[in-house]
Amino acid sequence: MKPRSRRFLWIVAGLAILGLAVTLVLQSFRSNLVFFYTPSQVASHQAPTGREFRIGGLVEDGSLARDAGLGVRFKVTDTARTIIVDYRGILPDLFKEGKGVVALGMLGPDGVFHASQVLAKHDENYMPPEAAEALRAAGKPIRGTLFAGEKPVVTQAVPAPATSPSHGSP
Amino acid sequence: MIPELGHYALILALCLALVLSVVPLVGAARGNVVLMGLARPVARVHFFLVAFAFGCLAFSFYVNDFSVANVANNSNSRLPDAYRLAATWGSHEGSLLLWVLMLSIWMFAVTVFSRNLPLDVCARVLAVMGIVSVGFLLFMLLTSNPFERLFPVPGEGNDLNPLLQDPGMVFHPPMLYMGYVGFSVAYAFAIAALLGGRLDATWARWSRPWTTAAWCFLTIGISLGSAWSYYVLGWGGWWFWDPVENASFMPWLAGTALIHSLAVTEKRGSFKSWTVLLAIVAFSLSLLGTFLVRSGVLTSVHSFATDPRRGVFILIFLALVIGGSLMLYAWRAPSVGLGARFSLLSRESMLLANNVVLGVALAAVALGTLYPLVVDALGLNKLSVGAPYFNAVFYPLMIPALILIGVGPITRWRSHFFLELWQKRRVALCLSILAALVFSSRHWSAWLVLGLFLAFWILITAADHIRTRVMLVPRPGLLNKFRANSRSFYGMHLAHIGVAIFIIGVTVVKCTEIETDTRLQIGASTVVGGYTFRFAGTREVPGPNYQALEGRIEVSRDGNAVAVLFPQKRKYLASGQVMTEAGIKNGLFRDLYVSLGEPIGQNAWAVRIYIKPFVMWIWGGCFVMAFGGLVALSDRRYRLRIRERRRLRGAASHAVGVPT
Repeated sequence: MKPRSRRFLWIVAGLAILGLAVTLVLQSFRSNLVFFYTPSQVASHQAPTGREFRIGGLVEDGSLARDAGLGVRFKVTDTARTIIVDYRGILPDLFKEGKGVVALGMLGPDGVFHASQVLAKHDENYMPPEAAEALRAAGKPIRGTLFAGEKPVVTQAVPAPATSPSHGSP
Repeated sequence: MIPELGHYALILALCLALVLSVVPLVGAARGNVVLMGLARPVARVHFFLVAFAFGCLAFSFYVNDFSVANVANNSNSRLPDAYRLAATWGSHEGSLLLWVLMLSIWMFAVTVFSRNLPLDVCARVLAVMGIVSVGFLLFMLLTSNPFERLFPVPGEGNDLNPLLQDPGMVFHPPMLYMGYVGFSVAYAFAIAALLGGRLDATWARWSRPWTTAAWCFLTIGISLGSAWSYYVLGWGGWWFWDPVENASFMPWLAGTALIHSLAVTEKRGSFKSWTVLLAIVAFSLSLLGTFLVRSGVLTSVHSFATDPRRGVFILIFLALVIGGSLMLYAWRAPSVGLGARFSLLSRESMLLANNVVLGVALAAVALGTLYPLVVDALGLNKLSVGAPYFNAVFYPLMIPALILIGVGPITRWRSHFFLELWQKRRVALCLSILAALVFSSRHWSAWLVLGLFLAFWILITAADHIRTRVMLVPRPGLLNKFRANSRSFYGMHLAHIGVAIFIIGVTVVKCTEIETDTRLQIGASTVVGGYTFRFAGTREVPGPNYQALEGRIEVSRDGNAVAVLFPQKRKYLASGQVMTEAGIKNGLFRDLYVSLGEPIGQNAWAVRIYIKPFVMWIWGGCFVMAFGGLVALSDRRYRLRIRERRRLRGAASHAVGVPT
């Protein structure tokens, strides 16, 4: 084989490998896109079953319930509709009733959302954009100032549930 | 008064940066030595002004001057001193000031270490950095003034986000920013070379140490951030492929590619236009990363709406810097030429393959990070790209690059024979496969074998290469033989060994870690991975600015006490925010990790118990990588230049400045 045609072959092989890599990347990208749905969209059967997606909104006041183990159940609302979320494990520190939340998981046939992850964010005054979006879509937009102004209220709140052995307010 | 002085210093610094970005360029274009000579002193004064402004802000934080909005929003009188310093860069405004400070430090360093540069190159480099500084100072003064006063003055500040009140967070942002901004030097050299039309091996030799230095800082910065997320976020993870993390990882990938392609450009004169492009890309990604994280684009694209000026300014600035340099590149690069030829199997082709792999990985990470932002900005949908995508794409892509690490360094420039490489490396290949099989026999899995194979492959080939090179030296005495090789040679291998250590950490943690969330009664115990965890009880512990509830968990194995862990649930007094502080027993071969969830029922807690084998190796590997870079930086050829410079300074300092 002439050096020229050999080089040509090498270049073709290189491009083929590169093309294969790009195809694999895009394939994996498409199957790992996680879409977001509001509680209203889930309630009106727009969300897929059998595929992971994210929901967001506010944790409804008084909806948090525990079983004997690590299982928790709470309701996520966009003020128009409500979805029951089921989760096993430890909730993030910034999870609170009445606060914004985003959960990743799958919708069961019974209409309960089985969360594999409840997202924690780095700042308690921060509203997850998805949750804000859900409220906006339901006609209850949230302005940033509303949440920034909440700080003093939070100071008085007792972080742990009433069953806490020794973790009262200071 | 002090904040006003700082503000004033920033305005003066802006004026100087404006002078710096125009006058030396004009001088370089006209060959005017006086105008070009202005660059160095102006850059130095610019540094002192910015440093003064930063000092003013730090002082305001130190004395709790809550009349400054930035201090009132991000500090508190009960905040410990070290965190008050960290709070200086804890906010959007403060971090911008830190960014400009780092930029001015690098500019100062350029004025100190490039006395032997031709004057026109030095003038252009400083001018380009001056332009960047103008952009940032304008942005800061127009939209995010760190010295803004607040009236009426609040009696107490809002406190620094408790998550940031951690020793790691004191060092993480400065290190990361030193890295980000450090790429501005390589970028400035590239732009200066394009402007001057002089792109050659000397250009590569000048930009190489700067790139390596920036890369070291960035490596340390990223690993500190990763370690922070391990022990502060309380979920025991070290990398989440979060957009914020990716924003710092993309410049690192580009910088790593740049280091390798600079080697080719310096030694062989090839890849010139590609190297220039990489320098531009690395810095552009640094800019993008800073803005993605700091402007709030990532928390929500719509947070632009809170202050639309910021978003618009950012977009215009990014468009000008990135678009401008790419246009300059398109205009000038075609005249650069291709450089020396090389055959299909050569050091050049190996480094080219390294760059292709890193480039594809970079593109894949960028796709996963930026696509959701673009889709959201267009108002099409809200979506995110899951971590499985990054894992599925990134790990396989790295395999060829890691295999190349074992072959590339022994391949000759220009051309090499495959048979010779095979003969030199077949023993190492067999040995590393064998070692991988032996060490993974207890926890059998394909990924573990593969990961360990790659790590051993890198370690064995590096050791073999060092041994051969040392033995070849025709001098008596092992120490003399060892010293005869260049430090950049050892630096390279150290960095590669760091990669191997990192791979061992990642693979072993991924394949053999044990994570359990469980309900634990006080007084009860549970067995995880052979260790018995007994929950002895809880007690209240006061902290400087928080009240903590501390659990006591006694760990034993086969009846022998191993450790006592004290995980805490802290409630910060100023904000009322609750934070989990994990109790960790670090070890060379495994970490025991316990964090408290929440109380459930009478005297019982949700407790998270993790056993993380070899997790410290992840960050240890990063530090070895950075140390390798440092060793390469101390290479004789860079030190020689300094010594030579000192010798020449007296005799010929006026002659150096004459432009060609």
